[in-house]
Amino acid sequence: MIHVLNGSSLAAQKFDQILFSAGSILEHPVRLEASPLDIQRAFDSSRGQYNSTALLAQILTTSLPNGEKWIAVVDVDLYVPVLTFVYGEAQFNGSAAIVSTHRLANQYYGIPQDDRLFLERLEKEMIHELGHTFGLYHCRQFDCVMHSSTYVEEIDLKRATPCLECKSSLLRTTKSL
Amino acid sequence: MNGKNSILIIDDEGIVRDSLSKWFNEDGFLVGTAENAAAGLRQLQSRKWDIILLDIKMPGMDGMELQQRIREIDPTATIIFITAHASVDTAVQALKSGAFDYVTKPVDPDHLSHLITNALKQRALANENTKLKEQFSEVSKVNDVVGDSPQMKKVYEMIQTVAGTDTTVMIRGESGTGKEIIARAIHSNSQRRYFPLVTVNCGALPAGILESELFGHERGAFTGAQYRRKGKLELADGGTLFLDEVGNIDVKTQMDLLRVLETKQFTRVGGNNIINVDFRIICATNKDLEKAMQDGVFREDLYYRLNVFTILVPSLRERKSDIPLLANYFAEKYARAIGKSITDISSDAMDILVRYDWPGNVRELENAIERAMVIGTPPAIRPEDLPFQLSEKKKKPACGSLAEMEKEHIIEILEQNHWNISRSADILDIDRVTLYNKIEKYGLQKPA
Repeated sequence: MIHVLNGSSLAAQKFDQILFSAGSILEHPVRLEASPLDIQRAFDSSRGQYNSTALLAQILTTSLPNGEKWIAVVDVDLYVPVLTFVYGEAQFNGSAAIVSTHRLANQYYGIPQDDRLFLERLEKEMIHELGHTFGLYHCRQFDCVMHSSTYVEEIDLKRATPCLECKSSLLRTTKSL
Repeated sequence: MNGKNSILIIDDEGIVRDSLSKWFNEDGFLVGTAENAAAGLRQLQSRKWDIILLDIKMPGMDGMELQQRIREIDPTATIIFITAHASVDTAVQALKSGAFDYVTKPVDPDHLSHLITNALKQRALANENTKLKEQFSEVSKVNDVVGDSPQMKKVYEMIQTVAGTDTTVMIRGESGTGKEIIARAIHSNSQRRYFPLVTVNCGALPAGILESELFGHERGAFTGAQYRRKGKLELADGGTLFLDEVGNIDVKTQMDLLRVLETKQFTRVGGNNIINVDFRIICATNKDLEKAMQDGVFREDLYYRLNVFTILVPSLRERKSDIPLLANYFAEKYARAIGKSITDISSDAMDILVRYDWPGNVRELENAIERAMVIGTPPAIRPEDLPFQLSEKKKKPACGSLAEMEKEHIIEILEQNHWNISRSADILDIDRVTLYNKIEKYGLQKPA
C-alpha cells in the first residue's frame, strides 16, 4: 500500500488521476490520506524554506508495516542544506518520500496558470520520488520518469512512466516485497 | 548517470555530507564520505575516486592544504571545492591550485548536475588522452633502429642520453647508415614528440629555394610567390627541425640560419614581421665538416653551434654482426608489406649478405632485401634472389703482402681483358713494358 499524505491545498478529487496512474505504474494500491505533518517545525527562517529531510524524518517516526510507502505532498518550498531547492526527496529503497508543489506551478515562473500541466508535473514527481523508495536510480533516458529533473521544463520533457529498464528493475523490487 | 562513477565528499558538516551523498546515490554514484582530512586521505588510499568534493574550510587541515596531499596520492584527481562563503580570492586560489571548479553552498541543483556531468566528461577525455598518448608512444617507438652490436648499443645509449634534453645533436655517418632514423628516434623519445619533426633536405634544394623553404615567404616576395607560405622553421615550432645534409647549405643561408639558431627569431623572405619559434635542432651530414671549414665553405661559428652533441652512426661493414638481424627484420617488414609468405633467408644467401661490404650501408641492404622479396619465391630468400653475386675471388681473403695483392690484381685485369696487354696496361695506368716486366716477375701465363 502507498499512502499519499495530502499536506497541500489541493482538493482530494484533483488526486484522482494521480492515484490511478501511480497505482497502475507501481503496481501497488494507493490511498489518499490527510497529512499529520507539522510543517512549521521544518521551517528555516534564514532561507525562508522548509527542510525536506526534517519532514521525511517526521514521516519516518510513524511505524510503518513492512513494504508500505508514505509520500507527503506539500505546498511549501523545500530544500536540503547543500542545495538551493528540491522538488522532492525520498528515502532510497525505504518507505518515505515528500514532494513539493511550490515550483511546479506556472505562476511561480510568472507565466499563466495551467492546471493540467501542473497536475502532470505533480504526478511525474510523485512517481519519481516513489521510484526511489523502490530502489530506482536516476535514469539517463530523458523521457523516463526516473530522469533527474533540475528545472521544471525538464519535468515536462519526461513521461509519467518508467523506461523499460527502470520498469523491469521496479518489477523485480515490487515482486520481492 | 553511470553507476560505475564514484564520488568522495569531504566536508566537516554531517548534514552536507548526508544530503550530497543522498543526491549522488540517487544518481547511481558510488559515494564515499569523510568528515575531515585524515578520514579523506584514508578513503583516497582505499580506492580511486572519479570526483572529489572538498570543503575549503575545515578544522585541522583545510581543503587547500588537503588538495595538495590528494594530488600526491592521485595527481589526476578531479577536485571540486565547496564553501559556504564565496569570495573572489578563494575562488581564484582554488582554481589556480588546479581544482576543476568551485561551488558555494547552497548549490543550485541544475548547476551541480551540469558541473558533475562536465567533470566526468573532462575526466573521460583526460583518461582517453592519456591512453592515446601511451598508444602513440608505443607505436612511435622507432622500430627501424635495429642492431645488437656494441657500436649500435652505444648509439642507443647516446639517443637515450640526449633525447630528453633540448641539446642540438649532430648525427654523422656514411650515406645510408640511417641518420634520419636516428633523428626520428631522438624526436620520438623527447618531450617534443607530440609536435612535428620537420625534415629539410638541405642537399636537395638550390640556395634560393632552400632559403624560402626554411624561412617561408610573403606574397610577392619573388616572381611566382603568389601566396604567403610558412617555412619549415615555422612548421617546426614546438617540435624538432631536422636538417639533413647540413654540410650542403650555401654560405649565405648558413649565416641566416646561424642568426635564427641564436635568437630563435626570423622573418619570412620579403617580410618584416619577426616570427618567434621554439624548436630543437638535429642535423646530419656525411661530409667532413672540419675540412669544409678549413676550405672556407662551412662557417666556423655555425659548426660550433651545431656540433654540440655528436652521434657517430657506424657503417654497416663496421657492424657486420648486425647484418643477419637487419636482414631478417627487413625480410619480415617486406613480407608483410608485399603479402608474401617468404619467412626466411637461406644460409647461403645470408652468407653472401654478411660477406658483402655494403658501400650503401643499411639503405642498400634494405633495397636488396626488398628486391629479393619481390622476385623471390617462398619459403626463403635464395642467393639468386639477391641483386649481386659475390665472385669466388672476392670471397678469397685479402692477400697478405702488397706484392701478392698486385699479382692478384694484374691477373684479374688481364683475364677481364682477355690478355690484351695494351688495354690492360691502360687500365692499370702503367706502360706496356712495365706490364710485361710484372708478368714475367710473377710468372704469369696466358691460359691456353
